[in-house]
Amino acid sequence: MERALGTIKVKRGLAQMLKGGVIMDVSSVEQAKIAEEAGAVAVMALERIPADIRKVGGVARMADPKLIKDIMNVVTIPVMAKVRIGHFAEAQILEAIGVDFIDESEVLTPADETHHINKWGFKIPFVCGARNLGEALRRIGEGAAMIRTKGEPGTGNIVEAVRHMRLVMDEIRKIQNMTEEELFEEAKELAAPLDLVREVKALGKLPVVNFAAGGIATPADASLMMQLGAEGIFVGSGIFKSSNPRKRAEAIVAATTYFNDPRIVAKVSEELGEEMPGIDIRELQEEAMMQVRGE
Amino acid sequence: MMKVGILALQGNVSEHIYMLKRLGVEAVPVKTPLDIMNINGLIIPGGESTTIGRLMERFDLANSIKNRAAEGMPIYGTCAGMILLSKRIRDHEQPSLALLDVTVLRNAFGRQGDSMETDIDIKGFDSPFHAIFIRAPVAVEPGPEVEVLASVPEGIVFLREKKIIASSFHPELGEDLKVHKYFLDIIGN
Repeated sequence: MERALGTIKVKRGLAQMLKGGVIMDVSSVEQAKIAEEAGAVAVMALERIPADIRKVGGVARMADPKLIKDIMNVVTIPVMAKVRIGHFAEAQILEAIGVDFIDESEVLTPADETHHINKWGFKIPFVCGARNLGEALRRIGEGAAMIRTKGEPGTGNIVEAVRHMRLVMDEIRKIQNMTEEELFEEAKELAAPLDLVREVKALGKLPVVNFAAGGIATPADASLMMQLGAEGIFVGSGIFKSSNPRKRAEAIVAATTYFNDPRIVAKVSEELGEEMPGIDIRELQEEAMMQVRGE
Repeated sequence: MMKVGILALQGNVSEHIYMLKRLGVEAVPVKTPLDIMNINGLIIPGGESTTIGRLMERFDLANSIKNRAAEGMPIYGTCAGMILLSKRIRDHEQPSLALLDVTVLRNAFGRQGDSMETDIDIKGFDSPFHAIFIRAPVAVEPGPEVEVLASVPEGIVFLREKKIIASSFHPELGEDLKVHKYFLDIIGN
């Protein structure tokens, strides 16, 4: 019988399958294998993890397709890769090589200062970052099948991810109590499509899966974000910038599943070695902030 | 009252809970060996089979589930759940409960770009079922006790062995309650 590919259900559905799991940034085949063995639900293939992008500076672009393909060949879990905001040609390349999910990401240097990619035109699902509800709904309006908080990538500092998750949850709660005429005004305020604002009111949540990302470095960080309402976790630099990546990766996976059982989170937090050093956000120059890219 | 547990280590747990609630059944997420003792049936949801399999062994759930299965507790595995229930997984070494006498082929349709929706005929159902496949496996080489309930050209997508059923598609992502109802009937008998 006839088969329909790349439908909304199929795209959002893959994000639903990732719920309760940890997606790990990897920059080599070896790291990808470690991530899979530790229980990652997907890997994000990139040339440099965010902490190194910060250090190196310059223009950060989509990874070498060969590296992404090599990683796709060694793991059975889904492989994601990042494109620059607005760079639909990079996205076409990733779709052509068959990645499972595309992250239109502020971690890379934006390619378009005004437009995001029209994600409806692709059969591969997209995930996008958001700092608040309006931003999340604009991305969903453009076709994103999954949302993550932006946080402040590559800092090992959870404070921005907490701010963004709390803000989104707070705005969703506010909408719950609004009347229809208040929704018109709210959609205008949020600069978001009205039908999506209505959908948020009806569902009491975003119409797509919402993960936490940006600054997660410890099992406790993962537990905190899950308790604040995240449906899963992205870990960027936190694992492979630490002294014992395998053990830390396993611990963050366990803490994401058992986020509401402090005894288990305590147990897996023991003797993980050195965390990534981290950056105090107040010491970051405004030009160095990645989260403000692509509103 | 009938109580069905959804293995909540990772994956699309809440969608199954929603379907069962629509059918008027108590549905609870289960994460510990103790939780597994207090249910009448278990659903192993879609998710990543390597992730769920490792957590199942690490937190000692695999043995609890196998013990309950030996006592006759019905189990339904969707997608990753089908992989985790199978005795043989082609070309992969990964933890499994080894309760279904089939060989499973992971990602049998391809990668995410090949994920799809289609209508399938299910044995005993009076109308086609709208099935959603996401990086789905199929089963092949069924043992003598296995009843094949639905197939596509790539292989078996819905099957039963005694009180255990498995589908490579996701009825919890659709509207049709018939597959969940079929599972509840197994628990009820």
